[in-house]
Amino acid sequence: MTVLQLIFYAFSAVAIFSGLMVVGSSNPVRGALFLVLSFFCMAGLWILLQAEFLALILVLVYVGAVMTLFLFVVMMLSVNRVSVQEGFVRYLPVCALIVLMIVGLMIMVVGPERFGLTQIPMPAAFPADYSNMVSLGEVLYTDYVFPFEVAAVILLTAIIAAISLTHRQSKKHKSQNISKQIAVKAGDRLRIVKMPSEPKINPTGGQ
Amino acid sequence: MLSLSDFLIVAAILFGIGMAGIIINRKNIITLLMSVELILLAVNTNFVAFSYYLHNIVGQVFVFFILTVAAAEAAIGLAIMVVLFRRRGTIEVQELDQLKG
Repeated sequence: MTVLQLIFYAFSAVAIFSGLMVVGSSNPVRGALFLVLSFFCMAGLWILLQAEFLALILVLVYVGAVMTLFLFVVMMLSVNRVSVQEGFVRYLPVCALIVLMIVGLMIMVVGPERFGLTQIPMPAAFPADYSNMVSLGEVLYTDYVFPFEVAAVILLTAIIAAISLTHRQSKKHKSQNISKQIAVKAGDRLRIVKMPSEPKINPTGGQ
Repeated sequence: MLSLSDFLIVAAILFGIGMAGIIINRKNIITLLMSVELILLAVNTNFVAFSYYLHNIVGQVFVFFILTVAAAEAAIGLAIMVVLFRRRGTIEVQELDQLKG
């Protein structure tokens, strides 16, 4: 067993264990933290596959942003004291049977007799000055520049949607209503009252 | 030596775990979203493994876009969940049956 295999089996065992804990734990905070552990292990596997940039993106963006968002929402909704999941035990055998059948089918398809080292050999090692980031960027900014822009627009849409969904209009502040200000007429603001003038009073007090 | 099928089997097991989480979960919609993230992680691992063994960088470009869309999806999903919790006071999956005819 080589060192690479040792690293591979360690990372995948921890990833699978933490995936099971994500599904099985009744506490969502603990589940989110186990999902973080699973992301870290899979990032390690991606580094074994020499996809360094994507592994770092997985750790930075997923663990740093998305999972933090998950934890924020879990704590904000204060549902971290969910009772024992009802129906968990009742549905567990059926679910386990279905999932084991599907996973077994997938493993039969992708097993060593179709994707083993004899069918798909180890690729030639990259030269020493190979940079995963450079080669990814060379493809991303030339051939895939339009999907790249579309991805940026998707992120903008997500920002606008998330803010407009959760933004609450507060009535505490005072603000101008420009259209009302422009549409105002003089008659709305100025009231001219006609009243009879006072009778003239003689200052000397005589008749 | 590690073969391609090792990585694919790990990804398949993770995919199955995520699918089990979606099937079995009746209580908490946050765990549902986390299961979706687990499934996406498994699929991305497949892409990266094929990209390495076939010496084709395009698989990694695709993973890049999947990560972008998944981040957007998680943000909007969590925003929807916050609004749902504000209106209904619960995020239990079984309680969310207003659309049932």
